[in-house]
Amino acid sequence: MKVKDIMKRDLVTLTKEHTIKEALHLLEKNRIRHIPIVDELGQIQGIVSDRDIRDARPSIFEQHSNDSELDKPISSLMSTNIITAEPEDLVQEVASVFYLYHIGCLPITEDDRLVGMVTETELLHTFVELMGADKPSTQIDVEVSNSPGQLATIALIFKEFDINIHSVMVYPSETEATKTLLFRAQTIDARQVIEAIQKAWF
Amino acid sequence: MKTADAAFVYSIEEHSYHFHDKHPFNPLRLTLTKDLLEACNSLDTNKILKPRKATEEELALVHDLAFIDAVKLAGANKLSAEKARSYGLGTDDTPFFNDMHNAASYLVGGTLTAVDAVMNGSYSHAIHLGGGLHHGFKGKASGFCIYNDSAIAIEYLKQKYQARVLYVDTDAHHGDGVQWSFYDDPDVFTLSVHETGRYLFPGTGSVTEKGAGAGYGLKVNIPLEAFTEDDSFLESYETAFREAVDFFRPDLILTVNGADSHYLDPLTHLHTSLKSFHFIPKLAHELAHEYCEGRWVAVGGGGYDHWRVVPRAWASIWLEMTNQTDVLNQPIPQTWIEQWQDHADVQLPQSWYDDEKMLPVVPRKPIITARNQQTIEKALFHIRNEKPSRRPSFTQKNNLC
Repeated sequence: MKVKDIMKRDLVTLTKEHTIKEALHLLEKNRIRHIPIVDELGQIQGIVSDRDIRDARPSIFEQHSNDSELDKPISSLMSTNIITAEPEDLVQEVASVFYLYHIGCLPITEDDRLVGMVTETELLHTFVELMGADKPSTQIDVEVSNSPGQLATIALIFKEFDINIHSVMVYPSETEATKTLLFRAQTIDARQVIEAIQKAWF
Repeated sequence: MKTADAAFVYSIEEHSYHFHDKHPFNPLRLTLTKDLLEACNSLDTNKILKPRKATEEELALVHDLAFIDAVKLAGANKLSAEKARSYGLGTDDTPFFNDMHNAASYLVGGTLTAVDAVMNGSYSHAIHLGGGLHHGFKGKASGFCIYNDSAIAIEYLKQKYQARVLYVDTDAHHGDGVQWSFYDDPDVFTLSVHETGRYLFPGTGSVTEKGAGAGYGLKVNIPLEAFTEDDSFLESYETAFREAVDFFRPDLILTVNGADSHYLDPLTHLHTSLKSFHFIPKLAHELAHEYCEGRWVAVGGGGYDHWRVVPRAWASIWLEMTNQTDVLNQPIPQTWIEQWQDHADVQLPQSWYDDEKMLPVVPRKPIITARNQQTIEKALFHIRNEKPSRRPSFTQKNNLC
């Protein structure tokens, strides 16, 4: 799966001349946490997050503060050291970038122009889709020995019963000796398959 | 003018919805239930309502025309395997069978017949055990279900009678087809009490599925832990049903009565007994009178222990509907047992209740009960924090009398 398959394309952007107040308004209105700052060519100049703004805001405990700070341009607080990725990058590579650099969003650029964004929300949603049931199916977990051919043997049993498999995951077990295979199969009645799997092993 | 309190909708045509002899979804269940009621002298066969066949227009209230065409072709064995796959047909769960379009149309028509019987004022309640095909999707067959009679009936109720429906599904599998059909609809409340989808088909029905857009909050899911027993099952069902009906104030209650949460059921891991299946219709009956001037339609659903569980569970709905629950205190009629024992591969039950000594012991019971209570909290949180809608009753609104 590639970044272009999961990235958000419908973007809210600002230029660095906009005020902090305008950025704050946009964040609240769109319920987002990051705004990419671009120039007239669509090249990315920086990112403003809700945390940057919260840090710049006067404390809510100050009685008579004026919010004049909020009229300053966003260029005064945006992050400029931006990590980006490209639409053709793999999702698993990008996921490790989030983890490695402790970031919450990743602008996606093509020919230096901003074309999309991947945030933690898109990543999480992707993993939920991959691991969960988005199509009607039964889940069957099988613990097998950690050796070649186990997955193939079980997959053949599904084929024998003409049952379509929606997704497969291979989980590491607590010991090196075994692995857990997780199948989501398109059937309401998994009795025959389960029986055949048990027979093949015991 | 009321003809009678309750209508029983059934005909032999419904038996043609039959995949093959080894398939778990078997019309034998209808015969066994009807025979059991007759043996108890609780059902007058002369007064049974015959289902009509649903028209294509009615099927199209929910289903895509392309899907309906595919089902017709499949029933004539003229659909390629590849095409069939994309419509969920020709699978192990929903294989082709002869004339499947007509058979499936009768099941839909039966539920529509039941709905009309109640809505035109002839009956307070109606039961159609051939219905309850809650997994059927707009353009896809799934989990033994081709056309979704329940979803079609709800849309029919909306369009023909401007009625708001509370759908209550106690089948052990999540009522996904019905839920997704009305996910953003503010006039349909779906409540499904089922075994968690962690392992069981279809996998959906988590507490976080609450509807979308204008329908947000009006879809409630109670995914119960595997090995849930009567007490926790009934506590969950009763709490959710009472709060849902009080919040939504429906014009009609439609219940799907799968009998597969029983501990003997071969497809699921819930552990209820007949005690639950006597209480399920009892509460529906009570709340239908309290909130909907009696309007209650009950359909069947899953249930795969054909001999010991389904006939007693389904017959008990009719006994409840017609105030004949005293029958439950008598033994199962010997005539029924003699008629069927030779066909069965198990010992037929002698009583309407399960022997408590026979119920399996579930060591994790306190943990399961506690987790189910947390699930209820999460599932009902949003309606507990909002005021119920107060609307004029359906009769006042439409000047019916």
